[in-house]
Amino acid sequence: MSTTILHADELLRHPVYTRVLHWMVAIFFVLALLSGFAIYTPWLFRWMTPAFGGGAETRLLHPWFSLGFVIAFGFQLINWLHAMIWTADDTRWMKRVNEYASNAQAREPDDVDFFNGGQKLYFWTIVASAVLFLLSGLALWFPEISGRTTVAIAYVVHDLAALVMLVGFIVHVYEGTAAAPGTFRSTTRGTVEKRWAWTLHPAWYRRATAGEQSRSAAKAR
Amino acid sequence: MPTGILQIRQISGHSGGVPGLGVQREEDVCKYIDVTTCIGCKACEVACVEWNDMPFRQTNFDNTYQTMPSTAWNYWNLITFNEHQRSDGTIQWLMRKDQCMHCEDPGCLRACPSDGAIVQYTNGIVDFQQENCIGCQYCVSGCPFDIPKFNSETKKVYKCTLCSDRVGQGLEPACIKSCPTGCLKFGTKADMRALADARARQLREHSGFPNAGVYDPPSIGGTHVVYVLHDITQPELYGLPAHPRIAPTFTLWKRVAKPVALLLGLFAAPVAFFHYVTEGPKEMQEPPRDGASR
Repeated sequence: MSTTILHADELLRHPVYTRVLHWMVAIFFVLALLSGFAIYTPWLFRWMTPAFGGGAETRLLHPWFSLGFVIAFGFQLINWLHAMIWTADDTRWMKRVNEYASNAQAREPDDVDFFNGGQKLYFWTIVASAVLFLLSGLALWFPEISGRTTVAIAYVVHDLAALVMLVGFIVHVYEGTAAAPGTFRSTTRGTVEKRWAWTLHPAWYRRATAGEQSRSAAKAR
Repeated sequence: MPTGILQIRQISGHSGGVPGLGVQREEDVCKYIDVTTCIGCKACEVACVEWNDMPFRQTNFDNTYQTMPSTAWNYWNLITFNEHQRSDGTIQWLMRKDQCMHCEDPGCLRACPSDGAIVQYTNGIVDFQQENCIGCQYCVSGCPFDIPKFNSETKKVYKCTLCSDRVGQGLEPACIKSCPTGCLKFGTKADMRALADARARQLREHSGFPNAGVYDPPSIGGTHVVYVLHDITQPELYGLPAHPRIAPTFTLWKRVAKPVALLLGLFAAPVAFFHYVTEGPKEMQEPPRDGASR
């Protein structure tokens, strides 16, 4: 039923399952983000809560959006667990993150595989803050069980997790669109140009094109 | 008692003084509760339920002299009971009228994130505006006295209004009106505080309660409900916190750290934009056509 059309000079980057998960995570995340920031501070309350039907409705919907995010992201965590394992290559990548940001070299080093160190760091940061979000969010959702001291603490933890995710989200959107042209389509149609893979993920490019002519992207996830 | 909201100060073309001006020395109202003369009759509980048009609930007998274990979303006024054995072996029945304390610095209001859900009037009354309540229950954790109660059906929080509707019309609160012993009084904060101090002195000097005192905790700026207690050194005996506090997360974090942290977080957006302007995007390189890359 669902397929990915692969043209010449293209590689399969993300199969349909991964793409659907990504956008479920993204949609729930943005809904949770907007409904959450509507309640976060009085500066945003008056003009952001009407989007969800009012303050009470925003409060009612926010935990459900968040639960949707956590569940969808949980599946993505399982899906990507193997690909996101931290390696020595990633530690090396992090040491030259400034060179990456300043476009000092035309191409990424040969050891950069399917995900680079920055992408993995982002992923695990989101995992960590999602756990904080979930635990503090449950405490805020059921205050009669958690108790008033827990709520007073959970409220701050929840905010800090939100800020970490906000920064991560902004960087993620920028890196996935303007900063690296050709990335965004991997999340929609699932493919990237070979040029893209050769430039940004050389190790993966070599594996994906190893048996050229054979289905090139068999190992892509 | 006039509310003071629409007291006229000047009148055009008018000779003589302004009627009513200066009659009211101060606007701050206060409820005076002398626990030493409370007989636990619970007339105030009934008056509260009646005036606020709340249904009579099933009472819950738990082998004490209490109507139910705690106040509820539709039961704002409860005489709590504690049997206390003093060091000399004698027994005291401690009865305290439990309701909203109407703090000068209200923890519920500090914690509330919803615009206009909790207001404090100039006379000191702290009132919930349920139409603006979003049901998050932060006020419950903000309150040092465990007063706001959540109704899971309406998803709103309720508490004692100090009969703001009656006080606004110059009437005393319903509980005060119903009290048969005079242990409840209502007036300005200064008057009630003076009355309480005088009563506490009387207890200390003439009634054998050397530790008698007035509960008006300065840690939250005082309260618009003051108690005369037999023993001010042990307010916990009456279920009152000795040093009620608002969690710092609802003051420091909310007022300072929240907006600062949000601005810092959003700073990532201009950083990303100017990164694009200054460094630009990645330029994709052509892969080698032969197998040279291996």
